[in-house]
Amino acid sequence: MEITRRDFLRGTLATTGGLLLGGTALNRLRIPSWAAAGGEIEVGSLLDGTGPINIYGLPMIDATKFAVDDINSKGGVLGKKLKLVAFDTQSTNERYTQYATRLILQEKVAVIHGGITSASREAIRPLMAKHKMLYFYNEQYEGGVCDKNVFSTGVTPAQQLGTLVPWAIKEYGAKCYIIAADYNYGHISADWVKVFLNKNNGALVKEEFFPLDVTDFSATVNKIQEAKPAFVMSLLVGGNHIAFYRQYAAAGMKDKIPIVSPTIGLGNEQVVLTPKEAQGITVVYPYFQELDNAANREFVRRWRSRFGSKHAYITDSANIVWTGWHLWAMAVNKSGSLDLNGVVKALESGLTFDAPEGRVKLDPQSHHVIHTVHLAQINDKRGFKILKTFPNVPPADTMDVCNLLTNPNQHTQYTPKTK
Amino acid sequence: MRPDEILVVALGMTVNIAVLMIVALGLSVIFGMMRVINLAHGELIMLGAYTVLTVTRATGSIWLGMAAAPVAVALVGVAVERLIIRFLYGRILDTMLATWGLSLVLVQGVTILFGPATQGLATPLGNFSVGAYSASWYGFFLIVMAALLLAVTYLVFKRTRYGLEARAATQLPEMAAALGVDAARSHMITFAFGAALAGTAGALIAPVTGVVPTIGLAFIARAFMTVIVGGPAVLLGTTAAAALLGIFENLVSYLATPFLGQGALLAVAILILRVLPSGLSGGRQRGV
Repeated sequence: MEITRRDFLRGTLATTGGLLLGGTALNRLRIPSWAAAGGEIEVGSLLDGTGPINIYGLPMIDATKFAVDDINSKGGVLGKKLKLVAFDTQSTNERYTQYATRLILQEKVAVIHGGITSASREAIRPLMAKHKMLYFYNEQYEGGVCDKNVFSTGVTPAQQLGTLVPWAIKEYGAKCYIIAADYNYGHISADWVKVFLNKNNGALVKEEFFPLDVTDFSATVNKIQEAKPAFVMSLLVGGNHIAFYRQYAAAGMKDKIPIVSPTIGLGNEQVVLTPKEAQGITVVYPYFQELDNAANREFVRRWRSRFGSKHAYITDSANIVWTGWHLWAMAVNKSGSLDLNGVVKALESGLTFDAPEGRVKLDPQSHHVIHTVHLAQINDKRGFKILKTFPNVPPADTMDVCNLLTNPNQHTQYTPKTK
Repeated sequence: MRPDEILVVALGMTVNIAVLMIVALGLSVIFGMMRVINLAHGELIMLGAYTVLTVTRATGSIWLGMAAAPVAVALVGVAVERLIIRFLYGRILDTMLATWGLSLVLVQGVTILFGPATQGLATPLGNFSVGAYSASWYGFFLIVMAALLLAVTYLVFKRTRYGLEARAATQLPEMAAALGVDAARSHMITFAFGAALAGTAGALIAPVTGVVPTIGLAFIARAFMTVIVGGPAVLLGTTAAAALLGIFENLVSYLATPFLGQGALLAVAILILRVLPSGLSGGRQRGV
C-alpha cells in the first residue's frame, strides 16, 4: 500500500487531534481558574484514578474531596473556602510532571497534595523545590525524604518493617524471601528489610523484583517452594501484582509458608481476593477501619453516609490523605497567611491532630509523622483482625539522618546502608 | 535438580506455553488468515474477562461464565466486522487506526460501566502435590483448554465447508468468488470466530490475573509477537512460536528473574525474525 503525503497528513492530523481532544475532555475535572469565584483558595491534588495504581488512588481521591469539604464546612482556611483542583494522573509519571507543572504555573495553587508510587513522588518533587511549592505526600513509603517544603505523612519502614520483621522472625522463623516491585519503593524497602533482618538475627534467602506489569508469578511460586523460607515478605505494588496472592494460594502455598507485607491492603487487595486466598496475611498500618476510637467511629459513619458502599473498606491511605490535608489547614490557620516560610514554620511547631487512626504528631525536624501502628491479619470477612499495637512509633529511619531545623537547605532522599 | 522440581518447572513451562497459545490463537486467525491488524484484540480478550466476571456474579457458576464468554465476544466481533472492519479490508494502516480507536472506546466504555478498579475471581479447582511441591489444578485445565481450542480451530478450518470457503476466500479471493463463495459472509464468520477465541482467552485468564479494563495491554504485545514469530501457517506457526517463546521466558524467569524472562522472550523473537523474516512457518502457504 502506498501512502501519499495527503493521506499521511490527514492521518496524523486526525490522530493528534483525537489525542488532544481526548486529553482535554477526559482529564479536565474542573472549570478554569478564571471562572472561579473570588475569595477562594485553590489547592491541588494529583492522584491516580485510572491504571494499575488506581487500587490505591480511588479511595484517596474520595478522601481528598471529603477532607477539603470537611475543612470548608468548618470555616475553611483563613476564612476562605478551599477550591480543589484535581487531576487524574493515570498511573503515569509523565502525567504527574505535566499536571504538577500546570498546578504550579497555571492554576497557581497554594499547596499540592498527592503522589502515590515513590516513582511518581520523585518525578514531581524536584518541581516543588524549583518552584518553591509546598507539597504533601500522603502515602506509606520507603522513608528518607528530607526536603524543606515537603511533608511525608505516611508510615515509613521504621514504623512498619521495624515492627513487622521482628514479629515474623519470632513467629515463623529467621529465613525471609523478599518479593518486591521493581522500582525505587521496592528496592529501597527491600534494603530496609535486610537492615531489620540483620538487627534481629534473621536471614535473607532470596530477593526478587517484578516490574509493575507482571501478572504471571508461576516461576516465583515454584522458586519459593524450592527455597523453603520461613516467611515471604511481599513488597508488591499495584493491581497487576494482586495476581501473585491468587496464584500463591491456588498452588496451595498460603497455609504452608506465610506472607507478611507492608503494602497489601492499601489497595483493598483483601476485598478483591477471596478470604480463601488472603486470610492470614499479616500487615502493619496506623489505620484500620475496625479501630475503636471516637474520631474513627465518627469518620467511618460520615464516610459511609457520603460514599455508601462505594469503597468496601476504608484504607490506611485514605486516613493519611485526610490527616495530611488537616495538618496543612491547621498550619495555615496558625501562621495566618499562605506564605511558604510561615506555613512551614507552623508545620514545624509540633502539631498534633486527632486523626481517624488516633492522635498523631508531626515531627518538626524530619517533616514526618509519629504514628501508633497496629499489627493485624486479614480475616475471613475481607477486613482485618488487630493482633498487637505499638504506640507512638517514630519514623526513625528518617529522623536519624534528617534534621531540617538545623540544616534547612535540603531537597534530598536518604537511603539505608546495607553494606 | 530433583525429579519433583523438574516436574514442577516443566509444568509451569507448559502452562506458560498454553497461556501464550490461548492468547495468540484468536489473533492468529484474524491477523494470520485475514491480514487484519486488529489493535483492539486485547480489548476483545478484556470483554471475555468481563463476561465471565458478570455471569459468574449473576449465576454463581464460573463455568457458565466461561461458556458465555465466546458467544458474547463473537457477537461483538460480528458487530465490529460489519460496522468497521469490512470497509477497510486490504487497507492495513487504516485498519490499524480504526481498531486502535476502537480499543480506546472499549477500554473507556468498560471503565464507565464497571469502574476502573481491579476485580477478582477466585481460581477454581484447588491444588495438588508433586513431591515437596504443590501446584494448581487450574494450570492443568489451561493446558487441556489450549489443546482443545487448537483442535477445534483445526477442525473448523479443515473439516467444515465454511472452513474450506474461508481458506479459499483468504488465499485466492477472486477465484473463490468466481466459484460462488460469498467472501463477505466468510470474512464475517472468520472475524467472529477469532473474536470468540479472544473471548475464551479472556475468560480463561481472568481467574489467574484479575480483571481490569486495561487487562488487554498486558497480553496484546505477547500475542502479536507469538503470531508474527509463528508466520503464515496459523495453527502450526502459533503452536511452534508459543512453545519456543514460552520455554525461553519461563526458563529465564525461573533461573534469573521475571524481568529478564520478558527480555528473553523479546530477544528470542527478534533473533528468529532476523534469521527467518517470515516466521517459523515461513516456507508454508498462508492458511491453517
